[in-house]
Amino acid sequence: MSAAAELGVLACGMCGLLSRAPAAPAAACPRCRARLAFRRPQSIAHGWAYLIAAMALYVPANTLPIMYTSSLFGSSGDTIMSGVLFLWDSGDWSLALVVFVASIVVPLAKMIALAALLASVQLGWRSRRAERARLYRLIESIGRWSMLDIFVVALLVALVQLTALAAVRAGPAAPAFGAVVVLTMAAAQSFDPRLIWDRERPRA
Amino acid sequence: MNRAQLLACPECDLLQHDVPSPRPCKALCARCGAVLYQRGDGGLERTLALTVTALVLLALANAFPILTLELQGERTTATLGGAAAELWSQDMPLVALLVLFMALVMPLAELAALAYLLVPLRNGIRSPGFAEVFRLVQFASRWGAVEVFVLGALVSLVKLGHLADVEPGVALASYGALMLVMASIEASFDPRELWARLTPA
Repeated sequence: MSAAAELGVLACGMCGLLSRAPAAPAAACPRCRARLAFRRPQSIAHGWAYLIAAMALYVPANTLPIMYTSSLFGSSGDTIMSGVLFLWDSGDWSLALVVFVASIVVPLAKMIALAALLASVQLGWRSRRAERARLYRLIESIGRWSMLDIFVVALLVALVQLTALAAVRAGPAAPAFGAVVVLTMAAAQSFDPRLIWDRERPRA
Repeated sequence: MNRAQLLACPECDLLQHDVPSPRPCKALCARCGAVLYQRGDGGLERTLALTVTALVLLALANAFPILTLELQGERTTATLGGAAAELWSQDMPLVALLVLFMALVMPLAELAALAYLLVPLRNGIRSPGFAEVFRLVQFASRWGAVEVFVLGALVSLVKLGHLADVEPGVALASYGALMLVMASIEASFDPRELWARLTPA
C-alpha cells in the first residue's frame, strides 16, 4: 500500500475521513469541515519559528527568578534550578528529580528533538524513519508536563499571600517559562510527522 | 474506493485496510506504529457516563480548596480561581490565563462539548454545530493538562510542608479522580463511532 497523498487522497486531520483531492485549493472536510491539506501547510517554517522563539525564551526562563519569597528576614528570588536544589536539600530527592525532569530536561530535550526532526525532514533524510516517528510521538506526549513549575508557582502564590510572616510573588521567569511551554507545544503540533515518510518533496 | 474499509495513518499517511473487531482493541499503524483508533468497552454510552462523572468532579474541584495553609493561627486556602486571580493582581495576566486555560477552561470545554454531542445523539439527534463542536473536543483535549496540575499540587504540598502546616483539600482529591476519569474517557472515546452513528447505515 502507499501513502494516501500519493493517490490524491486527503485524510482529514480532525476526523480521519478520506476524500478525493478537490479542485479548489482550500478545501474543507465534508464531514467535520476542518481545513484539508495533504500536509500541514508551512509545517517546517512554522515549526522553526515556534522553536526558535522557544529557545530564545528558555534562557530567561531558567536564569531569572520564577518566584520571590519575602519574609521577616528579607526577600529572596528562586530560579527553577534553585527550587530543585531546595527540594533536594530538604531530602525530597524523588520530588526534586520529578521537577528537574519536568522543568529542565523535558523542555530542553523537546527542543533538541524538534530541531533534529525539522532538520532531518528539511534535508530529506531517509534513514531511521521508524525511530524518528517514535521520537515525534514521545515529544508530543510529554510536552504538557513542563507546565508543572508554573502550576506550583500559581498555588504557592495563592497560598502564601501577605500573611504576617511571608509572601510569595511570581517572578519574571514565569511568563517566559509559560511561553516556552506553549511555543514548544505549538511547534510540535505544527510539525507534520507524515513528512518523515514522504518519498518526494511534500506538495503543501 | 470503499471508504469504510480504508484508513490513512494520521502520522505517516499510509493507507491501510481496516479489519473491524467486535471486541475492545487498539489499532496500530502497520508502518509507524501510531494509534489509528482505539475501541473500548461500552462505546459512546460509557464515554457519556464518564463525561458526566468528570463534569461533577471538575465542579467539586473548583468549589473547594485545593490546599489549606495554616501559619501562626492564620489560615489561607488556594483554589484554582484564587491562584489565577492572585497571579493577575501581581501583573502576571498571561501566566494567570495560561494556568486557568490548561487546568480549567480546556478540560471544561472538552467535557461540555462531549456532553453536548453525546446526549442528543442517544436519541439520534445531531446537535447544531456538530462539526465545530467536534473539532473543539479534539483541540481542547490537546491543551488540557489536568494530570500535570495534580502533580503540581502535590509538589506544592511537599514544598510548603517544610515551612508550615499544609493540608490537602477536597479539590485535590477531586482533581486526582478527574485525572483518572479523563484518562478513561481518552481510552473509551472512539470518534469513528460518533460519525458512524450520524451516518445512516
